[in-house]
Amino acid sequence: MANIQLRNVVKAFGAAKVIKGVDLEIRRGEFMVFVGPSGCGKSTLLRLIAGLETITSGDLLFDGERMNSVLPSKRGIAMVFQSYALYPHMTVYENMAFGMKLAGASKEELDARVRRAARMLQIDHLLERLPRQLSGGQRQRVAIGRAITRDPRVFLFDEPLSNLDAALRVATRLEIAKLHHEMRDVTMIYVTHDQVEAMTLADRICVLRDGRVEQVGTPAELYDHPANLFVAGFIGSPRMNFIEGPIAAEHGCATLGVRSEHLDLVSEEEGTWTGRVVHAEDLGSDNYLFVDMGLSEPVIVRQPGKVAVAMGEQVWLRPQPGRLHRFDGNGQPIPVPMAAE
Amino acid sequence: MTTTVTAGSMAGTRSGESGLERQRARAAFWFLVPMLAMLAFVAAWPLLRSIMLSLTDADANTIFSGSYEWVGFDNYLRAQERADGTIRWRGVLVDASWWNAVWNTIRFAVMSVTLETILGLLVALVLHAEFRGRGLVRAAILIPWAIPTIVSARMWGWMFNDQYGIINHMLLSVGLIDAPIAWTARPDTAMIAVLIVDVWKTTPFMALLILAGLQMIPKEMYEAAKLDGIHPVRVFFRVTLPLLKPALMVAVIFRLLDALRIFDLIYVLTPRSSSTVTMSVISFQNIREFGDYAEGSAQSTILFLIILVFVTLYIWLGRVDLSGERSR
Repeated sequence: MANIQLRNVVKAFGAAKVIKGVDLEIRRGEFMVFVGPSGCGKSTLLRLIAGLETITSGDLLFDGERMNSVLPSKRGIAMVFQSYALYPHMTVYENMAFGMKLAGASKEELDARVRRAARMLQIDHLLERLPRQLSGGQRQRVAIGRAITRDPRVFLFDEPLSNLDAALRVATRLEIAKLHHEMRDVTMIYVTHDQVEAMTLADRICVLRDGRVEQVGTPAELYDHPANLFVAGFIGSPRMNFIEGPIAAEHGCATLGVRSEHLDLVSEEEGTWTGRVVHAEDLGSDNYLFVDMGLSEPVIVRQPGKVAVAMGEQVWLRPQPGRLHRFDGNGQPIPVPMAAE
Repeated sequence: MTTTVTAGSMAGTRSGESGLERQRARAAFWFLVPMLAMLAFVAAWPLLRSIMLSLTDADANTIFSGSYEWVGFDNYLRAQERADGTIRWRGVLVDASWWNAVWNTIRFAVMSVTLETILGLLVALVLHAEFRGRGLVRAAILIPWAIPTIVSARMWGWMFNDQYGIINHMLLSVGLIDAPIAWTARPDTAMIAVLIVDVWKTTPFMALLILAGLQMIPKEMYEAAKLDGIHPVRVFFRVTLPLLKPALMVAVIFRLLDALRIFDLIYVLTPRSSSTVTMSVISFQNIREFGDYAEGSAQSTILFLIILVFVTLYIWLGRVDLSGERSR
């Protein structure tokens, strides 16, 4: 229910600046994901918004109201921690109700809110259990349920899936997406280092590096129009192929970027580039061919379905028209889209 | 949960790898032998020997020649018929000075452990906070614990001295007392003096044990409470204390065991004071000073049983998880 604005926010721990001036607007009801490599300051930024850390300089506004010195509990936020932070000696019900007992809610209202949240997450049959009697996925739901019970304006998630195994992570990701659809007016901010989580959950993604915002945009914007070399390399799996040297020079840039799915295997006559297959990864639905074109790293080519290519075989590649990304020597994109080759 | 896993894996190995399992058990046994032998030598044997001696009439003259005799439970309780036909009960169990020592010991143990737990918790909470020079303070606070008891008892003995002790001097100069107090000699202050020294000496130990427990509590617990706006006092009683309970219980057990067999401090600080004499002291006096090995051993045995009862009660009442399995 809140529109969040960060204006030139800086956070320093002693002499070390962790957040180096962040300007960002998070719209009401939006699912915003902070993503970036470890140490980029994404968790710190979330903690600044939560009020668990103090802002060194700059402004934090919720609906135009300055929040810098407002107590965390008065900001109308709820947070899901990476470790879940459930109280081990309290039952699920007590965990969900604990923070609200002081909020002035009547017993009936409290009970109704806990049960509504529990139903929403299908944990109503677990209310009398202790956290240690729950599986990782169930604990995660309780942590989310505890946050829902608060009826927050802003929902904060700090890497909530990183303690779950791969299968559960996908399932819980779905749950969180569903939650976002059910709670349309609650602003959600989600921190992760996993760009797949970012791509699948976000309305908009904020890519951070070294305490600065690299790019903010929808997943599609980031994928199709990365603002710089870093974002181009960070978003997308497998990583975008970066080609330097003479081939890049031919296209009038320092680095030429092309995603693996935008390269086609073609016949010798149609081929633009050529190289030898040095490695292949068969994922069942897709095949990733690693083609050595005499560059520092092999170029990855994604081929749907089964491809019968022998190791060491010479192949010819052609980039799909309009799918090349050109970057100058500073890693900035050269805006004019490439014409078809 | 752990037991089911173990049982499952055992069942799995029984079929195919029982040879390997036996080999492991054998290796484990040989690794344990030195420790078992050492324990038998320094703990089990002296304990059994002391229990055995308590059932004899051994004294300083007979103990080494082996000419003492088996007297059953006479050292504990025996009936003595007097010339006029009345029966008089003798033995440790009806000895007023022994029960005085038992009462002193329990009084001392309960009061010192209570005070040390509360103060230790306060100190630990302070040390848990982040401030400059915390490492130095943590090391410095251990100094009372590191000083040998004999030394600190002597030191405090001088400080408590009625003629030239600094404590009397300070109390006199601020006007709290009119005349110097012989702290360690007066029956009504001797126990207080002992308690002060013990609390001074042992609170740091308690504080460090509790601090270790505090550090086990994840920071997120406090942050979650902070986001909910829960008052710090409520957080302490509803979150910190319950989560600290396992560490606290273990710390209290350690201290209780220690306090119930207190000897050195009292022996040095308040010798011959019947208001502080404890079970260990009276047993020592019987054996070393009066050469009454039989009665001293009987007292040692009772002391052992009393400690056993205390600890069993405590573990049972508090459901202390010494194995650490349930807290996982």
